[in-house]
Amino acid sequence: MNITVNGEETRLIEGTHIAGLLEILGLKPERLAIEVNRRLVRRSEWVSTGLGEGDKVEIVHFVGGGESDA
Amino acid sequence: MTDSLIIAGREFRSRLILGSGKYETFDLMKRSLEASGTEMVTVAVRRVNLTDKSKESLLDYIDPARYHILPNTAGCYSADEAIRTAMLAREALDNNWIKLEVLGDERTLFPDNQGLLEATRRLVHEGFIVLPYLNDDLIVARRLVDAGAAAVMPLAAPIGSGLGIQNFTNLRILREQIREVPLIVDAGVGTASDATLAMELGVDGILMNTGIAGARDAVAMAEAMKHAVLAGRLAFKAGRIQKKLYASASSPSEGTIS
Repeated sequence: MNITVNGEETRLIEGTHIAGLLEILGLKPERLAIEVNRRLVRRSEWVSTGLGEGDKVEIVHFVGGGESDA
Repeated sequence: MTDSLIIAGREFRSRLILGSGKYETFDLMKRSLEASGTEMVTVAVRRVNLTDKSKESLLDYIDPARYHILPNTAGCYSADEAIRTAMLAREALDNNWIKLEVLGDERTLFPDNQGLLEATRRLVHEGFIVLPYLNDDLIVARRLVDAGAAAVMPLAAPIGSGLGIQNFTNLRILREQIREVPLIVDAGVGTASDATLAMELGVDGILMNTGIAGARDAVAMAEAMKHAVLAGRLAFKAGRIQKKLYASASSPSEGTIS
């Protein structure tokens, strides 16, 4: 199936859940937050939330910033 | 005798809050934070770079045992975006504090007051501790306080401009009229005297980023700012002399030889 992760198209096996996606991407789960289709998915639900065709996933973390970059 | 800054019941001995952006290296940022004596650092929320995962992590350089981390909604131009960002930040860090920016314009980065008020209301309702960035506008400040903001953070000048306080009158009025929550000047500080002047007005704290990160010697400027904030605060509490048009001799007039 095709999903979008951080704006990029990605192909995954049907039924992959969020935790599985992080493993495929080589990301450690600490200090990350994830939205699927603009809905926040709690960390505790990452193993139980399966992804579907066309899903838009946002994976964010923290970067340097004080206020918006001028 | 402590003179702490208290925000949402949490005590900070330093009245200086720093941003974490625009440093040449994470190590420089870390040393600047140390030199500044700050106890709170704000960080932005952005997409993970999926193609370059070797990048170091900012938070490896900000010790959470030493600094309170304040996520922000930098780069958000609507209430919805800011709220989504705040929710993500809270989930990622298990931290319900948020420095709220809802911007209205790319060149000035001035806030969108409508979006700011809406986002503040909704985030307060969701249990966040909201620290909004706003113009030096008393009416907006009052509405934010009524909406449950934990502090109000008026700008001195546009973000990153280094212009220092542009409207002393507004800031003085704000300081006099806003008594329920801390008043923290956020944005536009360029050099030490800007910070000192703000503290002398009696504001409760200063938030800055570019003024330090963009200085030629960031660590030295961080140290300068530490002293600047302290000097301004002490001077404010000490009670300055009146300004007079004419001289007033410091030595006695009797007893001079003739």
